[in-house]
Amino acid sequence: MDGLDDIVEEFLVESHENLDQLDTDLVALEQEPNSRERLSSIFRTIHTIKGTSGFLAFNRLEEVTHIGENMLSRLRDGALELTPARTSVLLRMVDTVRSLLTSIEATGGEGSVDVSAVVADISAAMEDGPAAAPAAEAPVAEVPVAEVPVVEAAVVEAPAAPAPKRTRKAPAAEPAEPTVEPVAAAPVLEVPAVEVPAVEAPVPVAAAAAEAAEPEHAPAADGGQARRAVADSTIRVDVDLLDELMLLVGELVLTRNQIVQYVGRSNDTDLVRASQRLNLIASELQEGVMKTRMQPIDHIWSKLPRVVRDLGIQCGKSVRLEMEGKDTELDKTLLEAVKDPLTHLVRNSVDHGIEAPDKRRAAGKPAEGVLTLRAKHESGQVVVEVADDGAGIDPAKIGAKAIERGLVTEAQLARMSPADVLQMIFLPGFSTAAAVTNVSGRGVGMDVVKTNIEAIGGTIEVESVAGTGTVCRLRIPLTLAIVPALTVECASDRYAIPQISLQELVSLDAEKAVNAVEEVGGAQVYRLRGELLPLVRLTDVLGITSERHDGHVVIAVLRSEGRRFGLVVDRVINTEEIVVKAVGGQLKAIGLYSGATVLGDGTVALILDVQALARRALRTESAERQEARVAAAVAAADTESQRERMLLASIGGGRRVAIPLDTVTRLEQVRTENVERVGNREVVQYRGAILPIVRLDRHLGAYGEADQEVLEVIVYSDHGRSVAIVVEEILDIVDGEAAIRSDIEDMGLLGSAVLGDKVTELLDVRAAILAADPAFYSAGSDFSTPQGVSSSLMEV
Amino acid sequence: MSTATDTRTSDAAPVIGGQLATFWLDGDLYGVEVAHVQEVLRSQSLTRVPLAPTAVAGLINLRGQVVTAIELRERLGRPPRPEDTDAVVIVVRLHGEAVSLLVDAIADVVDVDPADFEAPPDTLDGTARDLIRGAFKLDGQLLLALDVHKAVSA
Repeated sequence: MDGLDDIVEEFLVESHENLDQLDTDLVALEQEPNSRERLSSIFRTIHTIKGTSGFLAFNRLEEVTHIGENMLSRLRDGALELTPARTSVLLRMVDTVRSLLTSIEATGGEGSVDVSAVVADISAAMEDGPAAAPAAEAPVAEVPVAEVPVVEAAVVEAPAAPAPKRTRKAPAAEPAEPTVEPVAAAPVLEVPAVEVPAVEAPVPVAAAAAEAAEPEHAPAADGGQARRAVADSTIRVDVDLLDELMLLVGELVLTRNQIVQYVGRSNDTDLVRASQRLNLIASELQEGVMKTRMQPIDHIWSKLPRVVRDLGIQCGKSVRLEMEGKDTELDKTLLEAVKDPLTHLVRNSVDHGIEAPDKRRAAGKPAEGVLTLRAKHESGQVVVEVADDGAGIDPAKIGAKAIERGLVTEAQLARMSPADVLQMIFLPGFSTAAAVTNVSGRGVGMDVVKTNIEAIGGTIEVESVAGTGTVCRLRIPLTLAIVPALTVECASDRYAIPQISLQELVSLDAEKAVNAVEEVGGAQVYRLRGELLPLVRLTDVLGITSERHDGHVVIAVLRSEGRRFGLVVDRVINTEEIVVKAVGGQLKAIGLYSGATVLGDGTVALILDVQALARRALRTESAERQEARVAAAVAAADTESQRERMLLASIGGGRRVAIPLDTVTRLEQVRTENVERVGNREVVQYRGAILPIVRLDRHLGAYGEADQEVLEVIVYSDHGRSVAIVVEEILDIVDGEAAIRSDIEDMGLLGSAVLGDKVTELLDVRAAILAADPAFYSAGSDFSTPQGVSSSLMEV
Repeated sequence: MSTATDTRTSDAAPVIGGQLATFWLDGDLYGVEVAHVQEVLRSQSLTRVPLAPTAVAGLINLRGQVVTAIELRERLGRPPRPEDTDAVVIVVRLHGEAVSLLVDAIADVVDVDPADFEAPPDTLDGTARDLIRGAFKLDGQLLLALDVHKAVSA
């Protein structure tokens, strides 16, 4: 049994490889329809599959390949001409064969794959060829189908024997047998009269094929030998084995790191020399083992010409696919992981990017669109670009769509740069396809692409020039198993940050840090060469206490999703190559660690997930921009004399309120779903405490958008107690002195003023806070130590 | 080594027999199926994991593998281990993944008889009750059978 299973497995492996080749060949064939060489190559591939499937008794597979082979042989002999319709049918045959193979691979049988439709189509495609081919002939061609297993098995086993002619007649002589496949049999059995000529008809063809095959069998055999020669110099290795080797090499690298560290302290020159050699050899071994897992990107690209061709026809577009850097290699697992996102991007480009031919002509472009795939190595990463010369993405459209979908507000949009607007196509729930087509617009869009790319530690960005085209750029690490990383220390623990996200390191001594790190409403920023860099303290994110008290600030400038931020750590230790180890489920759920690693000295360090860190610490993109704007406003104001600064926020219904900035401790965003109710109050869990919420729109009788997913929140803390004031949107920070005040009083307001050309209400912060937490001020004065549980909870 | 009864230590079975590796925790004797236990180690240096569930004591380096360590005292709602004593690490392998349990001290491997098995004592409280499958009445000592699957899913 095992022996047979091995045969089936080998057959599957070989067939899958052949099918990939077939796709490429068929599409290429369309360009040069008269290439006998290609036709022969295709014919041979199908023939091999047919032969083996007969031998292994996969009847339906055999049926499909058989009729395909018939058509191919006629094409090759010039009896039929290759038309796009015929190519499509042949490609469909390849698909059917592939699904049959998949089914065989999964279940060991042919499953429920229906082949009758494609068989009928191929027959039909043969019929509408030269008139000479009578209608009867095509169905008849199916007669031998049932018989051929025996025949082909014989052929396969004795390829040199000129047997086909004889054996092919044999089944024809016993027409009682072809009852195997009802589908094929139905038309045939009804017309026994036709059968006679029909049986004879294929014979010459078969003979011709056999003859043609004779001279060609030789080259085929040669080819086979040539391939064997290649096969001799290469071996198939189980990927699991490679994974294991990779793991071991990883361990070796770690051990080497340890030894090199210890030896560094030693004076024994022999030992030092030996360790240097070990160092070298381990590096080379690591490189070598990594290479075994490397495959050229062409492995996944080879399927794309077919995708582009089919889609082009489907969309009525003419698209040429160009590939640069086919030989660029990356890790097999990564290659697999990139396959689907890449295909999606290519489909997107054809479907949405490239315009219809008449539109292109009108725009003064050649009717044929060009889709370019580029791959190259760049500073330890693989950069893959999908570029089209289509219409480009219009930021205005994206913006409008984003507003329509409620992903941003108009005011937020107005403040975004066009490049940032483009990146919104990666937001979940975003799809610009006007209509849901078969191709795209089904809601699983760019956000899935992005998620998948990020899952393997890569990044994605999009560039587009309206009218001239779009480029999607993927940055993928070379390998997953071993990554260069920066190790940092924070609260005496060490953490690893993958280099792929690291841009630069900034170290500020205490004196400099005092001026350089500015504070905006509780959020810290640093001016990095004139640009504001939001700072995130790792200790804050992780809820631990820094052990650095000398005022030095060490900032790792990280990049995530096109945004930069500075991660403040206690100190930078080293850069080293780390082996990524998966962490258990409990730790994955935290969502801040992408794994763990063992460092040179044997201690375990957590690997920080920079993307998750950015998302968690920076709130959303727009919020960060607001913060930056706020910071800019503050920075500008800072240079002048200290005046009362106000935070402007909208509360819905077109109303704006101003809140004195000194009552703002932090700006946060809270997901609506996290808001819980305690009695008749709303609260949210925040940094381990319960934070009472007041919604300003309700408090002041305005009517904001009822169902916002994310609440913009202003947190005010005093004496260890905090309340959250919910506004619709944070607008700006203005200088209060420029205001003209009137004292129209309303509930909860101190008056109103003209700030930034608009009438703005001045919030009575005290009243608002009391509305959220009636005990706020009394608690602050009554108890010198803050209570863990807010007393508003106790009242209820 | 293993006896034929070992095969009966399936996860779903309410009554277990065969061999249990036993250990001490806050004065009580607990046992886990020998089949799950990969090895027992002296105290290891732990890397703490901020924001992890409280029962996760940290990560240990087990010959290059990173293994999560669960503080069983915390998991069973017992007081923390006294400062001056070191934990013993029991590495268990579940579904191919190694997880380690921090306990006070390791004891013998005990052959237990399903006949001595009883449901968890009613005096056990909430969390602990969920994690204990029952007790074996040994001579002069109760052996609490830990549900190791539940114990590690902190």
